[in-house]
Amino acid sequence: MSVGGSGISSRMAEIVGVTNAMNDPAQIAAYQIDGKSPTAVARPGSSEEVVEIVKFAAREKLAIVPTGARTKLGIGMPPRQYEIALDMTRMDRIVAYDPGDLTLSVEPGIPLHKIASALREHRQFLPLVVPFANRATAGGTIASGVDSPLRQIYGTARDFVLGMEFVTGDGIAAKSGGRVVKNVTGYDIHKMMIGALGTLGVITGINFRTFPLPRATRTCIATFRGSAGACELRDAIAKSVLRPQTVEILAAAGGSTAALGRRAAVSFENDRWSVVVSFSGDEQVLDRDRREWEALARGTDRSAFESLTELRAEPAENANRHIAELPAAILEHSPNAAIFKISALPTDLAGIARGVQSIGVPWLVVMRGLGITYLTLLPPDRSEGSLRLLQQECTRILSLSGKAPWGRCVLLWCRPELKSEINVWGPPPGDFVLMQKLKSVFDPSGILSPGRFMGGI
Amino acid sequence: MDSRLLHDLMKLLGPHGVLHQPEDLLLYEYDGSVEVARPDCVVFPLATADVVGIVRLASHHNVPLIGRGTGTGLSGGAIARHGGIIVSFARMKRIMAIDAENQRATVQPGVVNADLSLAVERLGLHFAPDPSSQKACTIGGNVSENSGGPHTLAYGVTTNHVVSLEIVLPSGDLIRLGSAALDPPGYDLTGLLVGSEGTFALVTEIIVKLTRNPEAVKTLLAVFDSVDDATETVAEITARGITPAACEMLDGWTIRAVEDYVHAGFPLDCAAILLIEVDGLREVAEAEAKDVAEVCGLHHAREVRVARDARERDLLWKGRKNAFGAAGRLAPSYYTQDGVIPRTKLPATLRRISEISKKYSLQIGNVFHAGDGNLHPIILFDQRNEQQFRDTIRAGDEIIEFCIQMGGSITGEHGVGMEKDRLMPLLFSEADLALMRRVRDVFNPDGLLNPGKILPTSKGCGEIYVRPWPAAVAPSP
Repeated sequence: MSVGGSGISSRMAEIVGVTNAMNDPAQIAAYQIDGKSPTAVARPGSSEEVVEIVKFAAREKLAIVPTGARTKLGIGMPPRQYEIALDMTRMDRIVAYDPGDLTLSVEPGIPLHKIASALREHRQFLPLVVPFANRATAGGTIASGVDSPLRQIYGTARDFVLGMEFVTGDGIAAKSGGRVVKNVTGYDIHKMMIGALGTLGVITGINFRTFPLPRATRTCIATFRGSAGACELRDAIAKSVLRPQTVEILAAAGGSTAALGRRAAVSFENDRWSVVVSFSGDEQVLDRDRREWEALARGTDRSAFESLTELRAEPAENANRHIAELPAAILEHSPNAAIFKISALPTDLAGIARGVQSIGVPWLVVMRGLGITYLTLLPPDRSEGSLRLLQQECTRILSLSGKAPWGRCVLLWCRPELKSEINVWGPPPGDFVLMQKLKSVFDPSGILSPGRFMGGI
Repeated sequence: MDSRLLHDLMKLLGPHGVLHQPEDLLLYEYDGSVEVARPDCVVFPLATADVVGIVRLASHHNVPLIGRGTGTGLSGGAIARHGGIIVSFARMKRIMAIDAENQRATVQPGVVNADLSLAVERLGLHFAPDPSSQKACTIGGNVSENSGGPHTLAYGVTTNHVVSLEIVLPSGDLIRLGSAALDPPGYDLTGLLVGSEGTFALVTEIIVKLTRNPEAVKTLLAVFDSVDDATETVAEITARGITPAACEMLDGWTIRAVEDYVHAGFPLDCAAILLIEVDGLREVAEAEAKDVAEVCGLHHAREVRVARDARERDLLWKGRKNAFGAAGRLAPSYYTQDGVIPRTKLPATLRRISEISKKYSLQIGNVFHAGDGNLHPIILFDQRNEQQFRDTIRAGDEIIEFCIQMGGSITGEHGVGMEKDRLMPLLFSEADLALMRRVRDVFNPDGLLNPGKILPTSKGCGEIYVRPWPAAVAPSP
């Protein structure tokens, strides 16, 4: 780095205009990542401005972290170096929306709720029921790779992002994919951008496939004493003819988790495990779903079965919203909470459910029926010892990563201090060497979110 | 070809594992496209270790390697454009594991697409991608091309159903990408590899998702006296929020060609038919079938027929899936295009194809995935007539150029291969292509794997491309 703080700010002001460049410490504090502040903030208004900023940064060896609404900057490791926060929220337009073609092109800074209202007019939606949905941007949601309970039938961004535009670390604007729902032209580079935390490129445009909004939905909850019955019901649903749009198992124990249960509209008391399933379709279909599901719920593990409840109808774009928002609620409630994402197979869920019950601190799980578990650990109280205990348990769980039934564990959110002790990504996988080589192709000077991703990428 | 290399390959694979006589190689110089090029030899690995051995030998001798399934591809993806060794996966066709509980199967690349669905039928499952060639094409080939099929409208293409790959790099390194579990941490290299058309690595094992069979399926045949009525029906089905499992269209000429061959019961005097399938719970299939029939009626369908049983349904699908075979009976050769357009641009595009047909005096049939705007115009020609062959290629290019003008793409499911590499600059900038080249070089730095595919080798796209003379008639895919 040969340019000082004032040099960075003045160059940013030249590129994006004075009003869109910030270096006032009070304003910059809002862009902290794990306690680390940038030197300057730039709010580009176009892909061309992004190109200019990245070229300047590459020349001067300045690190850039692209940001949206800054709701998920806690995911990943802190940046090794952090000079420029690239605030993408000025690029918030819908570039094209063709309801008849089920396609939508947006700039990355557009809030998801703005997309939702534009699509709702045509009775369509994006199946992204993700945390912080009232603020989160499309770009941040894609770059952080968060998933939605609706993946049960709609898949993840990997399945419905049709193409992207982005600026690589050498300041080159490029694209891959396209704007049509079916396309195999060229390499699917955009798939790698999903969940890459901005380490491969700054996303400047995203093309989505949109989906028709179901006519009606219904959410049903079955409650069991203990985890076995709940996991058995998940298995039974998977083998049945039912095609629910969400299947989630929730449970928690200890501390103040009961309050979080109320936020998710379930009870966590007395070893209760809830299976929350939502269905979509017209009323006649929902009646059949409800009937079949009730038979399945009552048919599994009679001794453990407790109750059936039905929630009020909610539009599909909000299905299981109260569950999807749990990470946000947890972090607001307990900033020291640690939230893991565990990738495993559906049949591993029963083993994971047994495993979490021996955790030595208060815990909460949300298990998606397809095998993804969000495990939250909470400090038992406010003492220093309690934080140490939490850290021990986090280390223990990361050490279980890759060992049956735990699957691959990543610590998504935790207090920043923990990250000096723990690598939240766990050990890199066997194809890591290819990821490293790809990183150097996309970002030869290593200026894009350096150190934030797996294995120091 | 270096006799030392041939000797080493035979030592590795045995005398029955290598073909190198000119008469044997003839069979491997083409696929389902109109492209032709002869390999130096064809090898048949039986296991991953064989593939590693082949790759090491080829790298040492600096000879190109071209992966191949059963050669049903439609863009020249499995042809040795610059010579070299074709690695046929025809003998690596074991289903290694079926995990019904987790809806996964682990397969070798040579497993035939339909064979996997057949193997899991008793478990109430199937493999969703269903290209028309599914009774012959391999899953390795599907992964390479990111293949689609009629039912990808609702269920997605190959990439949506592949979670992990075992690959061999040109260096001989064996690497596992992804995992049977969803969302493995790290960059989505599985997603990058699927559809890379054999230019990144040779795939030796694939873990796929299996899909649960629906409780009920309804297949409707709607008959129209005007193509526009049929395309407007498709638009309104989408507007009503119905996503059929499949929505296929055949034009009048294709219907007559197919009917004469398959006897699927298609009316001979109509302008277009739609073959629409809805599925799910019994109630869903029934309600959607009713809605679809109503929409067809509103747009002047003169008849809507619902298949009464599995046999009738199979017959209708046989008519659709054999459309290419039917075309093969009517002319010495045919060229199938694969353009994609936003579905609302269907009427304009079909009119343009009809103009192009008249301009070159070429018969062009239309059979396509109407639901997702993926066109398959079939251009009939006689390969002995050089002028006609050139016109055919020009007509194909004009159709593709129109698709791009409409905001579409040059290939929806057949791949770029050696057929469309020269068209890539119409969609992608020099910067886009340079990045793709650098990404390829991470995997395949010396260009040994499937050279001359996907990425254009020369700059500029205006030049006249002279193809090698097709020596054989392409088989029906």
